[in-house]
Amino acid sequence: MAENFKLQIITPDRKFYQGDVEMVELTTTEGQIGVYARHIPLTAVVAPGILKIHENAEVKAAALMSGFIQVMPEQVTIMAEIVEWPEEIDENRAKEAKIRAERRIQSHDAEMDVARAELALKRALVRLEARQ
Amino acid sequence: MASMRDIKRRRASIQSTEQITKAMKLVSTVKLQKSKARAEESADYFNLMYDTICSILRRSGSIEHKYLKAGDSKKKAVIVITSNRGLAGGYNNNIIRLINGSKELPAEDTYVYAIGRKGRDGLARKGYTIKADYSEVINEPMYRDAADITAELLDSFTQGEIGEIYLAYTFFKNTVTHIPKLVKLLPVEAEISGEASGNENLLMNYEPNEDEVLNAIVPKYMSSLIYGGLLEAVASENGARMTAMDSATNNAEEMIGKLSLQYNRARQGAITQELTEIIAGANAIG
Repeated sequence: MAENFKLQIITPDRKFYQGDVEMVELTTTEGQIGVYARHIPLTAVVAPGILKIHENAEVKAAALMSGFIQVMPEQVTIMAEIVEWPEEIDENRAKEAKIRAERRIQSHDAEMDVARAELALKRALVRLEARQ
Repeated sequence: MASMRDIKRRRASIQSTEQITKAMKLVSTVKLQKSKARAEESADYFNLMYDTICSILRRSGSIEHKYLKAGDSKKKAVIVITSNRGLAGGYNNNIIRLINGSKELPAEDTYVYAIGRKGRDGLARKGYTIKADYSEVINEPMYRDAADITAELLDSFTQGEIGEIYLAYTFFKNTVTHIPKLVKLLPVEAEISGEASGNENLLMNYEPNEDEVLNAIVPKYMSSLIYGGLLEAVASENGARMTAMDSATNNAEEMIGKLSLQYNRARQGAITQELTEIIAGANAIG
């Protein structure tokens, strides 16, 4: 069995998760990474994606939107600005947000902030994926 | 001596004031409990954020980054967190005095980003320029609000409109002690001199690189500071109002006691006078 390490996920409003885990998977701006115990020290910026926590042969998923991760040999901390468990996600709202974002991207309006709309779309997609 | 009716009317009016202050005290006590709990929960995030920033800066002391040095503009921005409503003792005035009295923030070179109507009005009277007003935020502070304010300020900072950014809020030490504080947000000034702990000698890897990581983390650091400031300020506001209303209630009680005594004395005097008159009248007839 793989070695465990301490994982701590905190948001501005609450302690989202704290416990001993085997592995954590998440998406950073550089791509998806999986962290096991004794990883090299690393600080990376989080991109919207599914967060997977492997704990006692069980996998917990959550939608992680933004923040950053700090990996230390014996402890991993994720400072998340927005993170949600699947049961906290409002599916209808996410669907609406997805449609809205798609429309905005297709509208080709000069004043439209494409990057922002794309980020909104990505968030909506991650939420919907986490929900399933 | 005031007449019985006057005293009675005065006492009734103070009694109704007392009822109001008592109710306000109860309301702010309940609000205080809530806001205190919220402030405590966010403290973890904030402390960790601060530690992270400090350790990044300490480990890589020589990074050249736009957020680490003051801008060219001599204009300064200050985010002022006060309350929308008064009756909170010296809570709002302490913040206004702190800013007005500080050497770093002269009225002519300072843009005020006001969160809270009382601070906005007070500083406008002292000759400060109010650049923006986010007073609705203080009623129900959300992290999102702090992030929006941060984005706007960083925009002005990058465009060179402002050279430094400060935050003024009231630190909630405990229920009775609230300390007005002025913190510099940008350029980031972390305690670089602090003891390096065991972990600090490790070589930290930054993905994609230090610059990008700082670009992403500094706004989050600022948002978390502002958000923390908002929560602390709300807790302080309720604490200050509770204390103010408590002493107002006590004063009202004391006044009512005094007036009751006066009223009873006046009543006694009136009865005695009436009796004397009756007896005198009876004597005259008999």
